[in-house]
This record gives sequence, C-alpha cells and structure tokens, in this order.
Amino acid sequence: MGAGTETFYDVIRRQGITRRSFHKFCSLTATSLGLGPLAATNIANALETKPRVPVIWMHGLECTCCSESFIRSAHPLVKDAVLSMISLDYDDTIMAAAGHQAEAILEETRAKYKGQYILAVEGNPPLNEDGMYCIDGGKPFVEKLKLMADDAMAVIAWGACASWGCVQAAKPNPTQAVPIDKVITNKPIIKVPGCPPIAEVMTGVVTFVTTFGKLPELDRQGRPKMFYSQRIHDKCYRRPHFDAGQFVEEWDDDAARKGYCLYKMGCKGPTTYNACSTVRWNGGVSFPIQSGHGCIGCSEDGFWDQGGFYDRLTTIKQFGVEANADKIGQTAAVVVGGAIVAHAGVTVVRNMARRSKENSTDNSRSNGKSAG
Amino acid sequence: MTEIARVHGVGDANGERAKSLQTIYVYEAPVRIWHWANAALILVLCVTGYFIGTPLPSVPGEASASFQMGYIRFAHFAAGQTLIVFFLLRLYWAFVGNKFSRQIFYLPISKRIWWWGILYELKWYMFLVKDPKKYVGHNPLAHVAMFSFMLFLVFMMASGMALYSEGQGIDSWQYKIFGFMFSIFPNAQSLHTWHHLGMWAITIFAIVHVYAAVREDILSRQSMISSIVSGERLFRDDIDDFPR
Ligand code: HEM
Ligand code: HEM
Ligand code: SF4
Ligand code: SF4
Repeated sequence: MGAGTETFYDVIRRQGITRRSFHKFCSLTATSLGLGPLAATNIANALETKPRVPVIWMHGLECTCCSESFIRSAHPLVKDAVLSMISLDYDDTIMAAAGHQAEAILEETRAKYKGQYILAVEGNPPLNEDGMYCIDGGKPFVEKLKLMADDAMAVIAWGACASWGCVQAAKPNPTQAVPIDKVITNKPIIKVPGCPPIAEVMTGVVTFVTTFGKLPELDRQGRPKMFYSQRIHDKCYRRPHFDAGQFVEEWDDDAARKGYCLYKMGCKGPTTYNACSTVRWNGGVSFPIQSGHGCIGCSEDGFWDQGGFYDRLTTIKQFGVEANADKIGQTAAVVVGGAIVAHAGVTVVRNMARRSKENSTDNSRSNGKSAG
Repeated sequence: MTEIARVHGVGDANGERAKSLQTIYVYEAPVRIWHWANAALILVLCVTGYFIGTPLPSVPGEASASFQMGYIRFAHFAAGQTLIVFFLLRLYWAFVGNKFSRQIFYLPISKRIWWWGILYELKWYMFLVKDPKKYVGHNPLAHVAMFSFMLFLVFMMASGMALYSEGQGIDSWQYKIFGFMFSIFPNAQSLHTWHHLGMWAITIFAIVHVYAAVREDILSRQSMISSIVSGERLFRDDIDDFPR
C-alpha cells in the first residue's frame, strides 16, 4: 500500500479517542475473538503500524439488515473503531459520494490496491435473464461483483444472502438468486451467515482480517470457527430443561412462563451454528430464546426451505405432500401392515383350499410340496 | 422310491418310517449373534429415537432433579455405537466366515438364474406358483431385501454419527470421519429429517421381514426361524429343484 496511508491509530487519535480507550478496544477485541492476553498487544501493534486496509462493501439482492446490524455494534467505540479501521472506501448505502463519483471509487480502488483490498458482499446476485433482476449503476450486479472480486485479497460474504441465498433464493427462486460462492470461485470467501449476523461477530471478523492480514480459521462450510463452531443448543441457557425433559408445550402455558426448553415449539437451536447463545444481541442484552421464542435457524443453509419455524419435525416437500417424517412413516407402516394382513388372509384361504383338494401323495419324499 | 435301505433313523412299532431330509449349517454363530443383537439394538434405537423426535410430556420439578431427555439420548447414543461395533464385527466375519456370511453385502447381478429367482419368488408371493424353490442361503428376493436393509443401516450409522459429532464438537474425531454428511446435507435439520425417515424405512423392513420369516417357516420347503436360532437349515423335502 502506498506510503502516506494512515494507520488506524492515526485516525482514531485524530478523532479524539484516547490511547487508554484504544488499548481497551484491543483487549476487548482479543477477548471476543477468543485469543490469549498477548493478542491484545499484537492487535495494538498492528493497528499502530499497519496501513488501513481498504474495504469495498457491495450490495446485491438484500434487505440491508446486515448493514443495520453492523452499525449497531455494542461498544460504541467498536463501531467507530471498525469504521475508521477499515477505511471503508465504497459502500453505496452509507457513503457520501453518489453516481459517477461513486463508480469512480470502485475503479480507483481496483487499480490502486490490486490484490490488497477486501470485498465485503451483502446480498447476492440473481442469474436469471442474464442478471437483469439486480442492476447496480447500470450494470447487472453479477458482472460488477465478479469484476471487483477478481482483484480482491479476500471476500467476506455477509449474512444468509451472500452465504446461502436466503429468502430470495428460497423455492421456487424465480430470479435464480445464488450465494456468491457460486459466481466467485477464484478467491477465498469467509461466510458470516445470519439474518442478520451478530454485530460483534461482523466487527470481530473484520478486525481479525485487517489486523492479522489473513483469514481466520474456517470450518467445512467456510464459516469462521471462532464464532460458528458451536450450535445455539450447545450453549443455550435453557439446555438444563432440555436434558431434564422439561418443554414448553403451548406459547402461553406455565412451562413457557417458567422458561422451559422451546424444543417442542420448533426451536432450531439444535441444528443452528451461531454465537447467539454466547455473544447475544443488542450489546449482550438478550437473544431470541431468552425472549421466549425459539431459534428459527437464520444462519443455516436454506433455512426458509426447512419447513415450519414452529414444528419440531419439519415438513418434507420432496414427496409432494405436506407431511413430516412421522406422518409419512406411520402412513407407510400402516399401509404395509394392512397389505400384510390381506396377504396373510389370502395365504390362509389358499392353503385351506389346497389341503382339501390334495390327498396325501408320496409324503415321504415331497412332504406335500412340489417343485413349482 | 422309499426302499428301506435309504431310510434314515428307526421305524417305530407302527411301521412308520423317518423321512430322509437334508440339513446344512448355514448361519454361523457370529452371524446369528449379530442378527439378534442387531434386532434388539434397533428396537432400542427406534423407541429412543422416536422420543428424541417427539419427547414425552414435561417432567415437573427442578431441572436439576431430572435427566430424562438426557438418559433417553444416552441410551440412543450407546445403542447406536454398540450397533456400529456389531456391524464392524459382522463385516469382518463376511471376510472370514462361510460364503453365506457374505450374501447380504453384495448382489450377484451378473447371474441370470438369480434374476430368474427374484421373479419366481415374486410369483410365489403373488400366489402364482404352488411352492417356492429351495435355497441354502437367502432366496433371491430376500437377498435384495437384506441388501437394501444393509444400505439403510449404513445410512443410519453414518447420519447418526454425523449428528453425534455435532455434540462432540467439530474438532472431534467423529466429525473428522462423518462430517462429510454435512457436505451432502448442509443444514443439519434435513439430516435429522432423513435420519428420522430412515427409522421408518427400517421399521417397515422389520414388519415385512418378520411376516415373511414366519410365513416362510410355515409354508416354504425349508426351515427359517430355527435356522437363524441354531444356524441349521432343514429342507422339508428332497425333490430336486434343478435336475441336472
Ligand atoms: C422377531 C424378530 C425376527 C425374526 C423372527 C427374524 C427372523 C429371521 C430369519 C428367519 C432370518 C433368516 C432368513 C433366511 O433364512 O433367509 C433372518 C435373517 C436376517 N434378519 Fe431377521 N428376524 C427378526 C428380526 C429382525 C430385525 C428387527 C432385523 C433388522 C431390522 C432383522 C434383520 C435380519 C437380517 C439383516 C438378516 C440376514 C442375516 C444374515 O444373512 O447375516 N431381523 N431373520
Ligand atoms: C437403526 C438405527 C437408528 C434409528 C432407527 C434411529 C432413530 C433416530 C430417530 C428417530 C431420531 C430422531 C430424529 C429427529 O427427529 O431429530 C434420532 C436421532 C439421533 N440419532 Fe439415531 N437412529 C439410529 C441409529 C443411530 C446411530 C447408529 C447413531 C450414532 C451414534 C445415532 C445417533 C443419533 C443422534 C446423535 C440423534 C440426534 C439426537 C438429538 O438431536 O438430540 N442414531 N435417531
Ligand atoms: S431452547 Fe432451543 S437451543 Fe435452547 S435448549 Fe431448548 S432446543 Fe436447545
Ligand atoms: S437465535 Fe437462531 S434465528 Fe435467532 S438470530 Fe440466532 S441463529 Fe438466528
């Protein structure tokens, strides 16, 4: 990066933030990333010496909930810090520039910071009709996305949209919206799913990438392990009620008031990888389950197509009928059981008829049987 | 045909003669032990699995005083892993046991007589022929059923271990081995659903299997239930099915 580019530390000092607050931020970040005490010093050091990493933040088909979440990071400093840390060069939703001026920034960043900037993508591209369902600055979004990804260092996929497709890719997906990893195949992609992702998780990921200049460790599905390696269920504070066998059966029953487990109300905590039950939302105030509603699995692949949010056994559409595994299985078992009873009945009748017709032949050899 | 010289055993005071019947040792002890252990474990897995999907009514009192769901899940996981151990032993036996111990692991699709046998056995079940053929191992139709059952069993073990690995954590050896299931079913919710459907598939197999075993035991030309208990197959007549 060119000489004279400011460091993060320069920027925040200019904004009037004290050195003390700066170090507080560094240790807070180190903690939230699950790193040891030494990491705080490393982060501070990196932020004081390394030039800021430019970030391009693009928007495809989306609802902007990821941006909304991001700017509500718990610690007010965190938000300021991250926004200044990453020299957010382009974000068409919150930037001052507009029109041609804005488009020029994209070109400039691509030329000046080739292979050095981070491309953060909120939303996803629709492919149907050559991408005409999402036009951005006069061009199909999918083309712009590919172009900007070509020269990026790494790509961050914000939210369920960019990571999995979310509601616009739910069946029947008329615009053929696809997650960004279907069109960006030549760059490492960090998926930060959720609808939206938790603010602290987003800032944590950005901080990690910009301070250490590398990607965090990712899991099988491309999510940062530090935030997505456990299910909501694994750290849910209602888990003792689950293990005890204490469940809410109705939304307004006594068990609901007592805060029992929401498993029977369709809570998707047991199948959802996210940090809600540890980091929580709105500055650690609460999270859905704490507020009495089950997890709907918003950070999971295709969560819109997994059947009802309030069913434990979700519907299966593959069979052309709306039924859950138990209904399908029980129906099939009853049908087969009925067929067996009928078959046994016919067998008995046939045997009685056969016995009365046959008078014992060469019993010693055939035992009343034949070869065909 | 029944000259005294060919008769085995002793005639009694009424001059009755013992019939000349063949027996052959088919299911070796490890196969039989696996069969019954497998059946018992599957029963436990179906009952506990059902209650994992649809838990019992809530337990009253303090959460710390009860571990009902915990015990049901523990029983499921313990039975599941025992099932896997027995499966591996059975797989080993397929290599060292007699040729009938291998039968349920492959289908002889290149043999025309085998295809003919499936058709014949189907006709027997559709009451189109008078009596079935005799087989030392499984009859061809049963062979298909057993093989499909084994596929379902493998799916249940792989999906079960994948679900289990979620609880053990993504750094566990279980996840390293069975995590690939999440590349096929990226959302664990659908893996739960398929694991659950697998239970019904196996339940239906068991219903049909027990019916067929009892029916064949009564009607066919060979022993069935006593064979899977003692290992010996008794043929109830000595008519040649395929005269040379
Ligand atoms: C009361 C219950 C059961 C009875 C009476 C029974 C009976 C039998 C009989 C008679 C055979 C031998 C079939 C033949 O000779 O061709 C057999 C084999 C077999 N049964 Fe069962 N069975 C029972 C339960 C089950 C269950 C619950 C399962 C699994 C869901 C099962 C799976 C099998 C398998 C896989 C074989 C093949 C064994 C081999 O070749 O290694 N059985 N059973
Ligand atoms: C024939 C064999 C099996 C049957 C019939 C069976 C049945 C079931 C059923 C019905 C469920 C509930 C699914 C749901 O609705 O969420 C379940 C869950 C589960 N099974 Fe199995 N299962 C079998 C084998 C196994 C094996 C071999 C394992 C491996 C250890 C296993 C591990 C699990 C786990 C981890 C769960 C999820 C428990 C939870 O979410 O709390 N299962 N099983
Ligand atoms: S409320 Fe949901 S996440 Fe919490 S223990 Fe119950 S099922 Fe698990
Ligand atoms: S609790 Fe579940 S549905 Fe709610 S935000 Fe977290 S992952 Fe999404």
